[in-house]
Amino acid sequence: MKTTSIMIVGVGGQGTLLASRLIGCVLTKKGYDVKLSEVHGMSQRGGSVVTYVKYGEKVYSPIVDEGEADFILSFEAIEGARWLPRLKKGGRIITNEREIYPMPVITGRMAYPENAISKLREKADVVSLDALSLAERAGSAKAVNTVLLGVLSRDMPEITGDEWMEAIDAVVKPAFVELNKRAFRMGREA
Amino acid sequence: MKKLLLGNEAVARGLYEAGVTFISSYPGTPSTEITECAAAYDEMYAEWAPNEKVALEAALGASVAGARSFAAMKHVGLNVAADPLFTAAYTGVNGGLVVCVADDPAMHSSQNEQDSRHYARAAKLPMLEPSDSGECRDFTRLAYEISEAFDTPVLLRTCTRVAHAQSLVELKAREERPLREYKKDPAKYVMNPGYGFRRHGVVEARLKALAEYSESSPLNFEEMGDAAVGFVCAGSVYEYVREAFPNASVFKVGMSFPMPIEKLRAFAAKVERLYVVEELDGVMETELRAAGIRVDGGKDRFGCIGELSQKKIEAAMGEKMPETETFDEPVPPRPPVMCAGCPHRGVFFTLNKLKLTVLGDIGCYTLGASEPLSAIDTTVCMGASVSMLHGFLKTRPENAGKTVAVIGDSTFLHSGVTGLINIAYNRSVSTVLILDNSITGMTGHQQNPATGFTLKMEAVPPVSLEKLCEAVGIRRVRVVDPGDLKALETALREETAADEPSVIICRKPCMLLKYVKPKKPLAVDEDKCRGCRGCMRLGCPALRFEGGKARIDATQCVGCSLCAQLCAFGAIGEGENA
Repeated sequence: MKTTSIMIVGVGGQGTLLASRLIGCVLTKKGYDVKLSEVHGMSQRGGSVVTYVKYGEKVYSPIVDEGEADFILSFEAIEGARWLPRLKKGGRIITNEREIYPMPVITGRMAYPENAISKLREKADVVSLDALSLAERAGSAKAVNTVLLGVLSRDMPEITGDEWMEAIDAVVKPAFVELNKRAFRMGREA
Repeated sequence: MKKLLLGNEAVARGLYEAGVTFISSYPGTPSTEITECAAAYDEMYAEWAPNEKVALEAALGASVAGARSFAAMKHVGLNVAADPLFTAAYTGVNGGLVVCVADDPAMHSSQNEQDSRHYARAAKLPMLEPSDSGECRDFTRLAYEISEAFDTPVLLRTCTRVAHAQSLVELKAREERPLREYKKDPAKYVMNPGYGFRRHGVVEARLKALAEYSESSPLNFEEMGDAAVGFVCAGSVYEYVREAFPNASVFKVGMSFPMPIEKLRAFAAKVERLYVVEELDGVMETELRAAGIRVDGGKDRFGCIGELSQKKIEAAMGEKMPETETFDEPVPPRPPVMCAGCPHRGVFFTLNKLKLTVLGDIGCYTLGASEPLSAIDTTVCMGASVSMLHGFLKTRPENAGKTVAVIGDSTFLHSGVTGLINIAYNRSVSTVLILDNSITGMTGHQQNPATGFTLKMEAVPPVSLEKLCEAVGIRRVRVVDPGDLKALETALREETAADEPSVIICRKPCMLLKYVKPKKPLAVDEDKCRGCRGCMRLGCPALRFEGGKARIDATQCVGCSLCAQLCAFGAIGEGENA
């Protein structure tokens, strides 16, 4: 089988690492060869963060390179645009509609692109949603990550809903399991 | 059981399985999680040392005492530990000693891009380079066998894409290792000129034996495919090469020093063209060429700056690149920023306001160099702020009132204190700011000697920074809350005006610490806001400017009140955000 490549992109502190841990857990249980790559350190502090997830029969490189991503899961409205060159032809971007201004915009040195998501649609297959509102409805703004993972899960038909729930049980702290399951389902059914 | 492990977690697992009992490290991206994960095993003692030199010396002491021991550090940390490393190569070991060094090509979180493989050659120590988490565990275990069989410390080299990548590892049981007997042996452990000179001969003989081992070791092997092209590679680069050219012939170097030169000569003879693919310097290429092996491509193609990847290698080999899309407008970069509520923000705001020359150091507060705070003039290495300030002011004493050093609590204890002793001893009229946020922040919250807790979270008496500074001879030492802009500015004005050395300890815990409870988010009163953008000079990620008014993002604001203190119109305070 061919290797599937996913990029999870967002802003440091948005919980991209939990999303990648859940994907890693579910894929390992399924018996795939899995590689995940992330960068810790400086980039955690409100900077652009990227996690690569690759799975298949045998995975070598942990990096998702130019034109290789089957999916880009973007936690913020312009991060998908930033990483667009990594998307494979025919790949899909799933993006949160929330805008978080980077420092050059806050200082007024650069403009935040207007209508970034509709412009992105001219370039790629884009699924967008207001994940923050759904997460708040599920019980916490912090559950944006599992809402978005729920949306991505629709494009991973080899994994059943129950298997995702088992992964949430295994990875998430007990006190937050129900919240994350609700958030995941809201994304999956959105 | 197969588990998805970070490369660093897998090294820790290897330590556990190899029966290691003593671990001493200093945090440094991308090596930090090794020691954190190792600390979770009750069977192993693990600690944060004040710096890498202390860590390696402690590990060497444990080795001499008979334990399998370990130290981990980032590439620049090995510079700090280089002194004991070079002579530990002479003493050799008793219990196995492994030093893990994690390089950071592309400088994801570092101040330079140095290649640690040079250390193996310079110190004459064997080096192993795992490619993924499975190898991180396996090579760690094997490193102890090599260390004890050849009586040598062993270097285990990773890089960001090995240390911070996760792949599957089959867990195995721990082998308990009884302590080896300790015998007094000055000819081996007392490296005075007489004994040390004789040990140099031992080191050279050992290197020959290690080279023979490298020729027969399963760590170095060839995978023959299409004989038209052969690649020589190690570490993460092996994974990129395999992905880019699944059908090519590949020689995987697992033991990168001493290299298996004869095995490589035989491989070179079997392929039409030989390419050496390595990140950073052309270390393997140089050795192959020196051995008279024909190399058809190396640094000339792949360069020596930044990380490699499968596509970069394909491009360098002239392969066609995939068609990709790009966004038509510039996407503003998103550099890392100080968190909302960061205790460092007020410090750098004030330093910038007072137009001081600021000699900086290594930590979260290096972000004080970025816009709009733009308050740092130099950043070099751990501790350099304090020592460079002394040299700067001895050269330009007239700048004494307008030049300061800033250094974090952990960095000060790492190697800033020696610079401060120099200031006190040789009398430069320096003002040093210790930014005490009660944690080692940048690497993800590690305890240090000033926090009052060990790595294993035992409560211990914390180092008193005030008393330490006084004890080395600084008479003017004061503590200030950096969340109080007025008090901070007063302290800075008074201490920089003093005609003797001084220290200001800016003490406020990191906002991300669990025990620090965020306050209620503040709000902008739109009627009072004049749109002067004064608050925007703080570079706070919770502040934005829209429709001619400042706005506060309530999901990010933690109520630190710096913006409210700055606002000349009293427009920021408690209330609901629009």
